[in-house]
Amino acid sequence: MGRAFFMLVVLFMINQANAAIEAQHFADPQLQQRYQSLVWELRCPKCQNQNIGDSNAPIAQDLRDEVAKLLREGKSDQDIQNYMVNRFGEFVLYRPKLDPVTWLLWFGPLLLLLVGSMAVWLLSGSNRPRIEQTNTNEERDSAARLASLLKEDDR
Amino acid sequence: MRKALFFLPLIVAFGLGVLFWQSLGKDPSTLPSALINKPLPDFSLPTVEKSSELISAARLKGQPVLLNVWATWCPSCHMEHPYFMQLAKQGVPIIGINYKDDRASAMKWLAELGNPYLFSIFDEKGSLGFDLGVYGAPETYLIDKDGIIRYKHVGVVDERVWREQIQPIYERLKS
Repeated sequence: MGRAFFMLVVLFMINQANAAIEAQHFADPQLQQRYQSLVWELRCPKCQNQNIGDSNAPIAQDLRDEVAKLLREGKSDQDIQNYMVNRFGEFVLYRPKLDPVTWLLWFGPLLLLLVGSMAVWLLSGSNRPRIEQTNTNEERDSAARLASLLKEDDR
Repeated sequence: MRKALFFLPLIVAFGLGVLFWQSLGKDPSTLPSALINKPLPDFSLPTVEKSSELISAARLKGQPVLLNVWATWCPSCHMEHPYFMQLAKQGVPIIGINYKDDRASAMKWLAELGNPYLFSIFDEKGSLGFDLGVYGAPETYLIDKDGIIRYKHVGVVDERVWREQIQPIYERLKS
């Protein structure tokens, strides 16, 4: 059963790999390399959770063709990304630029981690019995007695 | 401090609740346009009606117009077509972009269903669409008299979309 399931998963993965569509070919291996990394970094506007290298949508095809064309014209990676952003918006970048609008996106997880660790630190610290938290003298005395009794008990 | 901490989960949950509640009505497939308040990209394309004459972005200047991206292969364009006929009858100038289509089908569509457009730009390869950031028909743009894009709507334009989103800006641009 487990084996059959594994085979099914592998089959599915093969299918996915084949879905990586037509490839633009460049004589220059360096251009080919840049093309590959660009189509992995650009997001398909229609099929929102795929990059354009992985999508069959006609618009992804158009974007790939345009990337190839611009590469052949000798444009830089930055130029090509700007060209796409000017048309389709920041959305097409899988790695959005660092600006005030995206601060929360970039630093939000760090912020959550900080808040979380602070909560854990404070809560775990306050679990220990604290004599000074009690108010009246009487209470403080009895708390001290209790603490010393407990101490004796431990020995 | 410790007491405040007890309320932290509640505060976080409440914050998330507000965030999610706000996102409820939104359509996640609608992207903001990168071209709002920018001039219509220039182009040199024929119209559906006339293959011999090339027109450019300058032809759209002079009055605020709706620019509607349509195609005969697009089911939602069929759906919104009757409403554009109605808008045209009310005197709203509409210009079409026939997007990645073929001329014969486009002519047939206009002849059979009616033609709400002053003319339709024939964008066979989708090059103007690409420069506009069109990622799926139908899309409708509102262009002011100077050729600046003022609004973009992705999806079907019906009476509600027109009345609530486009018309207020259109009236302001007209005056």
